[in-house]
Amino acid sequence: MRIPCPCCGDRDRREYTYYGAADFLDRPAEDAGLEAWDNYLHLRDNPAGVTRDLWYHDPCQSWVEVERNTVTHEVLSTRFVSAKAGASA
Amino acid sequence: MTYSGFRVFTQGLTGNKGWTKAWRQPDPKTEYDIVIIGGGGHGLSTAYYLAKNHGLKNIAVLEKGYLGGGNVGRNTTIVRANYFLQGNSEFYSHSLKLWEGLESELNYNVMHSQRGLINLFHSDGQRDAFARRGNAMLAQGDDAELLDREGVRKILPYLDYDQARFPIYGGLYHRRGGSARHDAVAWGFARGADRRGVDLIQNCEVTGIDVANGKVTGVQTTRGPIRAKKVAMVAAGRSSQVAAMAGMRLPIESHILQAFVTEGLKPVIDHVISFGMGHFYISQSDKGGLVFGGDLDFYASYAARGNLPMVEHVMEAGMTLMPMIGRAKVLRSWGGIMDMSPDGSPIIDKTHIDGLFVNCGWNYGGFKAVPASGWCLAHLMATGEPHPVAAKFRLDRFRTGRNIMDEEGTGSQHNLH
Ligand SMILES: Cc1cc2nc3c(=O)[nH]c(=O)nc-3n(C[C@H](O)[C@H](O)[C@H](O)COP(=O)(O)OP(=O)(O)OC[C@H]3O[C@@H](n4cnc5c(N)ncnc54)[C@H](O)[C@@H]3O)c2cc1C
Repeated sequence: MRIPCPCCGDRDRREYTYYGAADFLDRPAEDAGLEAWDNYLHLRDNPAGVTRDLWYHDPCQSWVEVERNTVTHEVLSTRFVSAKAGASA
Repeated sequence: MTYSGFRVFTQGLTGNKGWTKAWRQPDPKTEYDIVIIGGGGHGLSTAYYLAKNHGLKNIAVLEKGYLGGGNVGRNTTIVRANYFLQGNSEFYSHSLKLWEGLESELNYNVMHSQRGLINLFHSDGQRDAFARRGNAMLAQGDDAELLDREGVRKILPYLDYDQARFPIYGGLYHRRGGSARHDAVAWGFARGADRRGVDLIQNCEVTGIDVANGKVTGVQTTRGPIRAKKVAMVAAGRSSQVAAMAGMRLPIESHILQAFVTEGLKPVIDHVISFGMGHFYISQSDKGGLVFGGDLDFYASYAARGNLPMVEHVMEAGMTLMPMIGRAKVLRSWGGIMDMSPDGSPIIDKTHIDGLFVNCGWNYGGFKAVPASGWCLAHLMATGEPHPVAAKFRLDRFRTGRNIMDEEGTGSQHNLH
């Protein structure tokens, strides 16, 4: 699998470290309550199909949000996490 | 038909013409007392013990493909009871005891072979951790022996003891650990359940779960709607999709785990060997193939095949540990979809919907759990109370933070298991 890095172009999967579902970008407020934190940390849609998740591109040290298909491994789009407004990962 | 050595002998003399089908192929009825979604090891054993231990009739197992076509037929069949944490250790201990009587229980040869499992360690710190694990196993009533380097060398002379990266310091020997024939376990439970009147319905995909006033009322399937008083979701890697039909989000991420098998060789590896530091484990099947595997591909996936970087990693680890296997030819590799939970431990519980139960989160370790998982889910469904050995497998433990069972001690978060 190759993942296009917005900075470096198509790169081998081995240059990336996987973090998990893009749910991790929506960190709730500290006092948001149990349900919100459970949702954020544990509960997942876990789709068989298109998903968005977070990968760290080690060589250029950037967090990349990848839109890809979990059944075919096709990568649909990528962007820097920092390009997303309010992102904190 | 009861199986026996005598029957094999007489059938052999009469051209093997007298064997009957191992189970029926019934059409689904319009209503059952209990419907189980998923005809893998866990679904089949649940149906079996519902009928056997609780005398229940009118049960159906709905399987979207064929029986045993999921992970139960794709795994590397290690059966062991070497867990450390309370909650896990009594459960797997119970499971191993069920394995030890399984063949006579099912009248089926599941080829359970207690050839001994050796977990290698490579540092003083790891030795301490394994001594502690061994003590926990002994305290649970199971067996464990701590071997030093020479102790391991006596049993496994062919390992490379002085490799630069992970020199071998010793191993934890679990004599009652071993392996079994995966398909036979599914077939044995299927036949046992069928003989007790359970309808096993194949090519029947559940496409919806019907809920009215907070209570489950049945399921929609590709073979028509089926009403049911109780429904269990036992879909392993597909658990999230099935639970979504009931409007639930589970603490599960699906990942791929690969396995490999070589051409058949003369007996060379008599035990199950696990090389945790290198992410590698191996045993030899009764046909002679070396069966081995490693770690997850480490990103969410439903492709039932693996990625090449992990193939390379597993081969490298195997060569590091036992260079002698380098000339064996790999015949096949494949992947299975694992239902990974945040703490690496399973879930057997009720849900917020009355009559709807969930069994999932088996990670890479659910084959050894097949007998006890069915035993405990059947107990929960029949009596309404969790079985004592599975009482900690709660769905809400992540929300409450109570009784998290993180065997690896890395933290209870999806990307850490
Ligand atoms: C490569 C590999 C190696 C492994 N090694 C080991 C090991 O050495 N030791 C060990 O203990 N464990 C091991 N495991 C883990 C073990 O195989 C699984 O945890 C266990 O088999 C999962 O439970 P199951 O048998 O019920 O799953 P499955 O056999 O996957 O059963 C689930 C069933 O549900 C069906 N289903 C899904 N959705 C629907 C639907 N909508 N309607 C109807 N049916 C549906 C599926 O078709 C499937 O047949 C390994 C797994 C893999 C992939």
